[in-house]
Amino acid sequence: MGATDFSYIIDTFFALFAMTLIIFMVPGFAMLEAGLVRTKNVTAVLTVNTMIYAVASMAFLLIGYTLAFGSWENDSMSKWAAFLFQMAFVGKVINIMSGGVSERVRIIPLTIFTVIMAAVIYPLVVNISWGADLLQGTVLDLNMYDLAGSTVIHSTGGWALLAAILIIGPRKGRYADGKVKVIPASNIPLVVLGAFILWIGWFGFNGGSVGSISSKENADAVALTVMNTNTAGLAGAIIVGILMYIKYRKFDITMILNGALGGLVAITAGPDLYDKYTPILIGAVGGALVVFAVPFFDKLKIDDPVGALSVHLVNGIWGTVAVGIFASNPQEGITLMGQLKGIAVIGLFAFVSSFIVLFVINKIIRFRASDEAQVEGLDVNECGLEAYPEFKRAI
Amino acid sequence: MKKIEAVIKPFKLEDVKDALTEAGISGMTISEVKGYGRQQGHSELYRGAEYVVDFLPKVKVEVVVPDSEVENIIEKIVESARTGKIGDGKIFVTDIEKVVRIRTGETDEEAL
Repeated sequence: MGATDFSYIIDTFFALFAMTLIIFMVPGFAMLEAGLVRTKNVTAVLTVNTMIYAVASMAFLLIGYTLAFGSWENDSMSKWAAFLFQMAFVGKVINIMSGGVSERVRIIPLTIFTVIMAAVIYPLVVNISWGADLLQGTVLDLNMYDLAGSTVIHSTGGWALLAAILIIGPRKGRYADGKVKVIPASNIPLVVLGAFILWIGWFGFNGGSVGSISSKENADAVALTVMNTNTAGLAGAIIVGILMYIKYRKFDITMILNGALGGLVAITAGPDLYDKYTPILIGAVGGALVVFAVPFFDKLKIDDPVGALSVHLVNGIWGTVAVGIFASNPQEGITLMGQLKGIAVIGLFAFVSSFIVLFVINKIIRFRASDEAQVEGLDVNECGLEAYPEFKRAI
Repeated sequence: MKKIEAVIKPFKLEDVKDALTEAGISGMTISEVKGYGRQQGHSELYRGAEYVVDFLPKVKVEVVVPDSEVENIIEKIVESARTGKIGDGKIFVTDIEKVVRIRTGETDEEAL
């Protein structure tokens, strides 16, 4: 076995391992969301999460992958592994948006949107950033550095979520008489489990995005990436713990975990570019942004039960800007302007295209569950199966 | 016969049970309930927003006793359930017309 064969095999194995970690984020999202919603909507949330993985991955296999990359050929690893690694991301993009519309979204229109997102919208975003680059040579050609997708994945999902919330509206009773009515989480242990599964999945998400581990340099790059990813999560959790205590004299675990995830999103654009200390700052800013973004969106009556906008959209943007601030390197084509341009072009495309598609679907099949269905719970109305049938229903 | 219903703080249940058992009560029914009296609810914080929890968890203890025992039992409950802080609960006493033990068919005081 030659050295080339060896690196082909190792990199294939690495991609499959990273892909497995990323798919482990499916139950991560599912548990996080199941814990943050009321018990009467838990089965519906879990069903949506399951459907997204199946439908989005299938659409990416049949259409999206070719649209994004132009071809399946790959010399450095098994092309099947290269596909699977990319496929692992597509469900995440839609997972990011589905949580924010939970407790009032119906499954059928959301599934239809999933097909279009995974087959067309997200693949086009990948095409102009990591993929075949159909904008090459035009003024819109992007030279943004985004290793694992702060913009390409997290803010793309975030923009789609913002469009969806604007169309679907808040949960019934969330903003009554101009006041914010708190709807507390139903299962904090599940929230913790889900958030930590996501955290672990991130090591595959970012580490795998280095693309190769078969040389000494690449192995170092992967290890640095995973270390920096973890550091940003730690910093996000710590800063939110401190800020919540200063602001409210209370520790809110759901916010602390959102802070950790915010830090993880923020580091995702360039975890391989920083020294070992910069991610502390990037993650801490990411966490702090979550503390201020959550009440900010509430003030605008943008109802996001899981904080996905604060975590993924706000920090997707921050993480991409952070690369321009902390790791700008004009010789390698990394500049603050390039980063901002990437955020603007992809943001505009993701928001406008999602909005149009959501708007059209909404005209045909309404996204929003009726008031009665929301009162009774989507478990009964959408799934016919309650998550906790033996428990007394929460008021 | 009287039924004595006592709504108490949940963590006082063991004390109340022990006191009643010592006083010769051989059975009781309890239920988890929620409610508030003068102490009202309290506010909690979720994701940066305050909200009021109106109904606090309580335990309701029900015992049925002969008329002669009523004052004694009330005293035992008050002694064992009191903390002196607001929210200790209330005791309600009502008349009971008839009691039947299902297994034997015994009635009234024999069935207690």
